[in-house]
Amino acid sequence: MSMGAELAGHVEGIRFTVNDQPVEALSDPATRLTSVLREELALKGTKVGCDAGDCGACTVLIDGAPVCACMTAVAQVAGRSVTTVEGLARDGTMSRLQRSFLDHGAAQCGICTPGMLVAATALLNAVKQPSETQVQDALGGVLCRCTGYRRIIDAVMDAGTRIESRGKGVGAAIPRLDGVPKVLGTDRFGDDVSPHDALLVRVIRSPFHRARFGIGDLDAFVAATPGLVAAFTARDIPGQNLFGVIPPFADQPVFAHGGETRFRGEAVAALVGEREALQDLDLAAVPVSWTELDPTMTTETAKTSEPMHQSRPGNVLVEGFVARGDIDAALTGAAHVVGDSFTTAFVEHGYIEPEAGTAFIRDDGRIEIQACTQAPHMDREAVAAIMGVPEDQIVVTPTAVGGGFGSKIDVSIQPILALAARITGRPCRICYTRPESMRSTTKRHPARMTVNVGADAQGKLMGLRFEGDFDTGAYASWGPTVANRVPVHASGPYNIPAYRARAVALHTNGPVSGAFRGFGVPQAAIAQETLFDRLADACGIDRLEFRLRNALLDGQPTVTGQHFDTGVGIHACLTALQEPWARARTAAAQWNRDNPASPLRRGVGLGTCWYGCGNTSLPNPSTIKAGLRVDGTVRLHQGAVDIGQGSNTVITQIFAEALGVAATDVEMFVGNSDVTPDAGKTSASRQTFVSGKAAMLAGLALREALLRHGNVSDAAEITLTGGKVVLRDGGAERRLDPATLPVDAEGFVFRVAETYDPPTAPLDENGQGEPYALYGYGAQMVELEVDSELGTVKLRHITAAHDVGRAINPQLVQGQIEGGIAQGVGMALMEDYQPGRTENLHDYLIPTIGDIPEIESIIIEVPDAEGPYGAKGLGEHVLIPTAPAILNAIRDATGAIVTTTPATPDRILTAIRAARRTAND
Amino acid sequence: MRLTRPKELTETLDLLATRDWHVLAGGTDLFPAHVERPFSRPLLDISGIPDLRGVTRTDTGWRIGATATWTDIVRADDLPPAFDALKAAAREVGSIQIQNAATVAGNLCNASPAADGVPPLLILDTVVELASAARGHRTMPLQDFIQGNRQTVLQPDEMMVALHIPAASAAGRSSFVKLGSRRYLVISIAMVAARLADGDAAVAVGSCSVVARRLASLERALIARDTGEPWEKCVEPEHFADLKPIDDVRASAGYRRDAARTCTIRALAEIAS
Repeated sequence: MSMGAELAGHVEGIRFTVNDQPVEALSDPATRLTSVLREELALKGTKVGCDAGDCGACTVLIDGAPVCACMTAVAQVAGRSVTTVEGLARDGTMSRLQRSFLDHGAAQCGICTPGMLVAATALLNAVKQPSETQVQDALGGVLCRCTGYRRIIDAVMDAGTRIESRGKGVGAAIPRLDGVPKVLGTDRFGDDVSPHDALLVRVIRSPFHRARFGIGDLDAFVAATPGLVAAFTARDIPGQNLFGVIPPFADQPVFAHGGETRFRGEAVAALVGEREALQDLDLAAVPVSWTELDPTMTTETAKTSEPMHQSRPGNVLVEGFVARGDIDAALTGAAHVVGDSFTTAFVEHGYIEPEAGTAFIRDDGRIEIQACTQAPHMDREAVAAIMGVPEDQIVVTPTAVGGGFGSKIDVSIQPILALAARITGRPCRICYTRPESMRSTTKRHPARMTVNVGADAQGKLMGLRFEGDFDTGAYASWGPTVANRVPVHASGPYNIPAYRARAVALHTNGPVSGAFRGFGVPQAAIAQETLFDRLADACGIDRLEFRLRNALLDGQPTVTGQHFDTGVGIHACLTALQEPWARARTAAAQWNRDNPASPLRRGVGLGTCWYGCGNTSLPNPSTIKAGLRVDGTVRLHQGAVDIGQGSNTVITQIFAEALGVAATDVEMFVGNSDVTPDAGKTSASRQTFVSGKAAMLAGLALREALLRHGNVSDAAEITLTGGKVVLRDGGAERRLDPATLPVDAEGFVFRVAETYDPPTAPLDENGQGEPYALYGYGAQMVELEVDSELGTVKLRHITAAHDVGRAINPQLVQGQIEGGIAQGVGMALMEDYQPGRTENLHDYLIPTIGDIPEIESIIIEVPDAEGPYGAKGLGEHVLIPTAPAILNAIRDATGAIVTTTPATPDRILTAIRAARRTAND
Repeated sequence: MRLTRPKELTETLDLLATRDWHVLAGGTDLFPAHVERPFSRPLLDISGIPDLRGVTRTDTGWRIGATATWTDIVRADDLPPAFDALKAAAREVGSIQIQNAATVAGNLCNASPAADGVPPLLILDTVVELASAARGHRTMPLQDFIQGNRQTVLQPDEMMVALHIPAASAAGRSSFVKLGSRRYLVISIAMVAARLADGDAAVAVGSCSVVARRLASLERALIARDTGEPWEKCVEPEHFADLKPIDDVRASAGYRRDAARTCTIRALAEIAS
């Protein structure tokens, strides 16, 4: 690009104002306004999620009107006034709207927050007291994947009303401790951290599901292309060209080798160059040749296809199995048996932040990677092996994470960045395009499941058989975990004497399926929970009563033969729904009677969940380090990555409670992999439980050390004030001056590090054992309206009762419930990733602010004996009941049985007609 | 320079004659089409040309300038009820952000089978005005302008300068029904625009054929209907025989055909209500 030369003869830039400040942009006039704001003007608050107007994260005001900066050429704002999120606060003081977002928990990960705030500002400038519909209309163009939108609606409608402080310790609904930068737009995400002179990296990927490829003379291409610095492929990898989240199953190359790619989007090479040159390069010009090969695209054909990996005949990656009792006898002897087959789709995580980060060579010669990730220590281990260096030669600093939901556990950009930095010796950055992110990273496993379940004449469950094939795509990723988790959970939280469940993860040439909120359990719950409704009907028992009759109780064995003496909360969750259920059922029936001619039919549906927190029968430790520093501050090294769910706040609250101070007295410090110990990956709903327990132990240990030093009793109160620690014990007061104590290399005068690893026991060949130290439980009720002529669904209300053991922070619990439900809504009604067809956010639909109804959260606290202060995990549980509850409500409204998700209008209408035919037969 | 921003139409037409350009107005189709590839041509930005703006009354009807946005349509408060379908469509285009930038003319030039603007403009008998330096101005009915999926009659040296709605067609009342899988930012599965006036009826269906189309046989039935009979009773399955819907990720062809009929009945009922 001859931009420099053009500009030399055309020094006049484009003049406009940004946040009332005059600016002159020298970028090419065709440049997207997002790029000018972020790169030339260094205003990183405006986010880029799609470059296509589909997500609204880049919303700015131009002369007061909201538009997407990604679809505006900078030339088009000449002489105009641009307002970005940085212009909403005055002198660092949050606007009323920003304050309201913080108070209401309207920001979770924070990546959509700038777009939401800017769009809402335009609304509030026009309408002082907007209605809910006005808020939805104004924010309908900004996607959020974390919150479920309800807190955002409240925050906009209540802007200006302060919520007063809500306590300080465990149980307090304090606003998230890392929230201020999120609402100011100053939080630094993966693409916000690179130095201005960083080189850009772009990746060459397979356009076919399966292909042979040949790489031409890349070095000559680089030499002939101005601005390019280097190209690299599999042969440039100094260590092993292999990674995988579960080491025994590691099978994925960083760059395909052996001349064959196994999925659309698989990387074969990367280019590094000056940003302006490389970002405008047409990658089709890179000399790589492709020959399309016949792909295997279904689990059915995979069983008889040539193995994709030599050690896995039949393309079977892992088979999970749980059996208990005599299933054949149980189903034969049952008074009522129902069964069906179910199919689910690939589901895309759809975080609004694409994978992004920077790597550079540190002054000490080591490689540092700054990137959005759910698992910094796993990243370090993987990159070290790929770079062929000891782990201590790699430093990983997690940035703020703009949503993860499981996919940012696997490495993506990290090894490519490390290679680029090592080869060029310069800082290198990358940010995936939206289609690239969707093509190349993991998905939820599509499932094909057949389930049969029987009950006796009194409606007591006798047996359940589950057979499921899970499409794990070309490489292993978390496929083994899905195959093992599903048979453990496919019973739901019920007492079932005879049980046999098999889940097989099979390789295809589809996208790599990995971790996604629930690890296969949401798919299994669709089958189990919808069949429970049909079985209850066959038994002639109310659907909620049927579940109550069979709900697992303290002391009863799970399907893996595990007994919990306390803490089994499903009965309490279902009991909490009894009154809402009765009311909603009556109201829906009444409405349907009152409107016999209407094509709209109302219905109510239930779904439940249980979910084991932490790794399945595997070690899963977290270490939390903390201490008193010489300046009198208490620092908590928070290694449990916060991807929006709130671990920065929850872990701090638990630690503070144990230490005996306020959470706001603790300096929460994320740090890098050198100084902050491994608190495990953010997955499997384990951070509140496992890292929380380690934080509690660390808080107690530090408290013990301080009290012992002060020679006071366990009842003493700790106060941090003016750089001193004051210990009050009855009438006595001791002052502890850290400045007088010996200091370690990191500035601590007292330092503790505590590790917790939940107790589990291996599963035997029949899946019997103790896979998890605890489970969390939940039940949801959906009220909806089906248009029986079009098959469309309008959700009216959702009531969600979740047993969290102890709500460390009720506002964050509510946020998790609403966000999980929104993803469940998407999975139930619209989300269908098809490689090559829905690789953007207008063909792949996730719920908008107009698709999520009012949600009533009922927090149930049945304390767990193992969890910190009784707490259980929650993050994944919340998504599981939603889809089956929606399908059950559709059936309640219309009789339609939909067994393929998503339940699109087309599929629902077909099912309604089938139900009518059956009724007329 | 990769972008030129003329101030006048004649200058723009002269530039168009000199080389191949991407014509840029709202940018809401052009930028998304270039997420992973660079612009192959320089951009000719027409958004700064005053003559192309606005929605105005003319001697013969109404004129929608080439750079009038969907928000301009929503805010044009002197449009007669025949434009209600177009206004409803305007509120359903993408999001507020899109409506503030995207132009009605651009929606036609992009020629997507799912273009929200086409059915409500078809029922207004819209005429498009094109211009080039070599051949001057020419006009044609909208249905002749769009030739296929992403295909129009525009020549490389030519651009759309305005849409014209004849006064006679701006009569009666109209409605618009859009069917999609989510509330906002959604590409239609099917959509219907209908207009009923004294002795006149117009119905157009989008997303159910390569180009949105009028339903001539239904229109004849509506005009010939017995007074007193509800409009929607005129709707018969064979009126939709000319549609050629496709199976895609959003819906099957059969569903689309059924949905077109349901949405048509509802659009007519809405006008009658």
